[in-house]
Amino acid sequence: MSKYYLNYLDELESEAIYILREVWAQFQNPVILFSGGKDSILVTHLAKKAFYPSKIPFPLLHVDTGHNFPETIQFRDDLIKELGVQLIVGSVQESIDTGRVAEEKGKNATRNALQITTLLDAIENNKIDCAIGGGRRDEEKARAKERFFSHRDDFGQWDPKNQRPELWNLLNGKHFEGEHFRAFPISNWTEMDVWNYIKREDIKIPSLYLAHQREVVWRNDSWIPVSEFLKLEENEKIETKKIRFRTLGDITITGGIESEANTLEKIVAEVAAMKQTERGNRSDDKRSETAMEDRKRQGYF
Amino acid sequence: MEIDKNQLLRFTTAGSVDDGKSTLIGRLLYDSKAIFEDQLEAIENTSRKKGHEGVDLALFTDGLRDEREQGITIDVAYRYFTTPKRKFIIADTPGHIQYTRNMVTGASTANAALILIDARHGVIEQTKRHAFIASLLQIPHIIVCINKMDLVDYSEEVYENIINQFEEFSSKLYVKDIQFLPISALDGDNVVNRSTNMDWYKGAPLLYTLETMHISSDINKIDARFPVQTVLRPQREGFIDYRGYAGRVASGIFRPGDEVVILPSGFTSTIKSIDTMDGSLEEVFAPMSVTITLKDDIDISRGDMIVKENNQPKPLQEFDAMLCWFNNSPARPRAKYTIVHTSNEQKAMIKEVVYKIDINTYAREEQDKELKMNDIARISIRTTRPLMVDEYRDNRLTGSFVLIDDATHETVAAGMIV
Repeated sequence: MSKYYLNYLDELESEAIYILREVWAQFQNPVILFSGGKDSILVTHLAKKAFYPSKIPFPLLHVDTGHNFPETIQFRDDLIKELGVQLIVGSVQESIDTGRVAEEKGKNATRNALQITTLLDAIENNKIDCAIGGGRRDEEKARAKERFFSHRDDFGQWDPKNQRPELWNLLNGKHFEGEHFRAFPISNWTEMDVWNYIKREDIKIPSLYLAHQREVVWRNDSWIPVSEFLKLEENEKIETKKIRFRTLGDITITGGIESEANTLEKIVAEVAAMKQTERGNRSDDKRSETAMEDRKRQGYF
Repeated sequence: MEIDKNQLLRFTTAGSVDDGKSTLIGRLLYDSKAIFEDQLEAIENTSRKKGHEGVDLALFTDGLRDEREQGITIDVAYRYFTTPKRKFIIADTPGHIQYTRNMVTGASTANAALILIDARHGVIEQTKRHAFIASLLQIPHIIVCINKMDLVDYSEEVYENIINQFEEFSSKLYVKDIQFLPISALDGDNVVNRSTNMDWYKGAPLLYTLETMHISSDINKIDARFPVQTVLRPQREGFIDYRGYAGRVASGIFRPGDEVVILPSGFTSTIKSIDTMDGSLEEVFAPMSVTITLKDDIDISRGDMIVKENNQPKPLQEFDAMLCWFNNSPARPRAKYTIVHTSNEQKAMIKEVVYKIDINTYAREEQDKELKMNDIARISIRTTRPLMVDEYRDNRLTGSFVLIDDATHETVAAGMIV
């Protein structure tokens, strides 16, 4: 076999770097949407590579639901310091306080959907014309239809039936004032690819992804972490389990799995043997069959 | 698993609801364990709701609400699966003529195309359409899957007849490599495992064919082309005078010490280093993303191309191309569009529609000159400044372009330079 070929991880890396450089070249004021989850950490790592030896030439935007894992915030602040880039925080609490959105009521109330308004406000207030996200097409059926450069109208909405065709590696980021784009450099990565790459590159990730002892409650078929935001139901009891998280979101909706995987090697092995999708533990996606599409149409990540 | 050597293979599938395309994809994903339990459960529930018997694997490929309601694929959907030998990306596209633009889009990055034929019906209009698009977009490998063999008693004669029908018209096309496979996606015959119902078939099953297909030699290693995406000037300690040209190798091979020419200026220099965050490299090729530094200080910006002195693309301001029109509004005669070619952008005007092609019959239409949605035509185009082009047949990335309508910013057409 010829030596002139890349292995698939190198090819995915090269594609992501290409997309990140196109964002920089085509937009005035892009940001990376940073949640503290592994996918946005990966995008940030790829951005480091794309612009080396320059610094990452754009800020990180964190939409803060106020319901965070404390580890996530610590991780975010350390990373910002290390990279020397600007951090923009869009606060859901502030959106609630100023009456932009109203808090959901009831047992399964979350701030998940409220983030849309905060995100769109942050995009408008900071004149952001492209928000780079860690969305992957393998995550969810609506995301399988995403473009690398995904257009949003001046209400921040996605129109999945009227998307711009993307051929070869030609990306069209042209837009009118007030419209913006979402860019997805790791569209073609699967969860397994992400973990294999994190392991290969030895990328730092929050300790939440590794198995650790934590107080949790069994709810909606997964272990929900105990926090000041969790209201216990009558027949629920707090247990201490060795768990880890496959995805990280709002602390109130992110369910953990029981696991012994406390190293990247063990996580890779565990993910390879998984029988459930990673979003299977996210109650935000369980609300309906098209929950993700509906949120995305409105401007969700 | 020795993943270090595993390659990525992108293939496209085109088909209608009836020829079993979704079932085939479902089968590949299911048998390679890319479908998770919760996804399967969701499909089982939907299958029951719709009153289907058993699990309808085809449901796995439905994405958007409208697609689920109508039971069709509207847009390109990307699917992923991995075997111990390769990672695969499927661009799953609808096969109806109304969705030509999606087929073209899926085909533009594919290493291989799967064309499905229903063994009961043989070659139909749609088969010709798919083969034409695969050939137009220069997909290097075509695999023709003759499906539903179970419904024709696994007959070798039926299979051979369909091959003959296919070869009769495909001789008019330019395709490097065609293979034929008798399969039954529903039962899994010759998909992942060899069929026990068709002993007369001596070839490999589909998955093995995809896993072992030789794709390294499809990359153009001769014509060195490096379109500059952006210029990196860190201006920080240790890199005060650093000036790097960031981009992705489109084709060919570059090494430090190579004598290069910068187009369109024509200035010459020598490659000083080829850098990445993980260190400098001694040799780079497509599709690597790197940063090139030169020995001389030259004014280079986005849209320029670094090439080698003895092998240059043609600077052309007027050329012919095969164009696929994507937009609801027809092309306006002599209207100006923005043309995007590599990292370069200019204004362009369609000077003439030479002929349109009927992609079902391959007949040329020279009277009707109006370019409407999903039309494919040979056109003459003129740009405000020369573009550094190669023929699409030699180079997919420096031989292709898209047109953008400045009034709507929509991508209205894709072209392949002839």
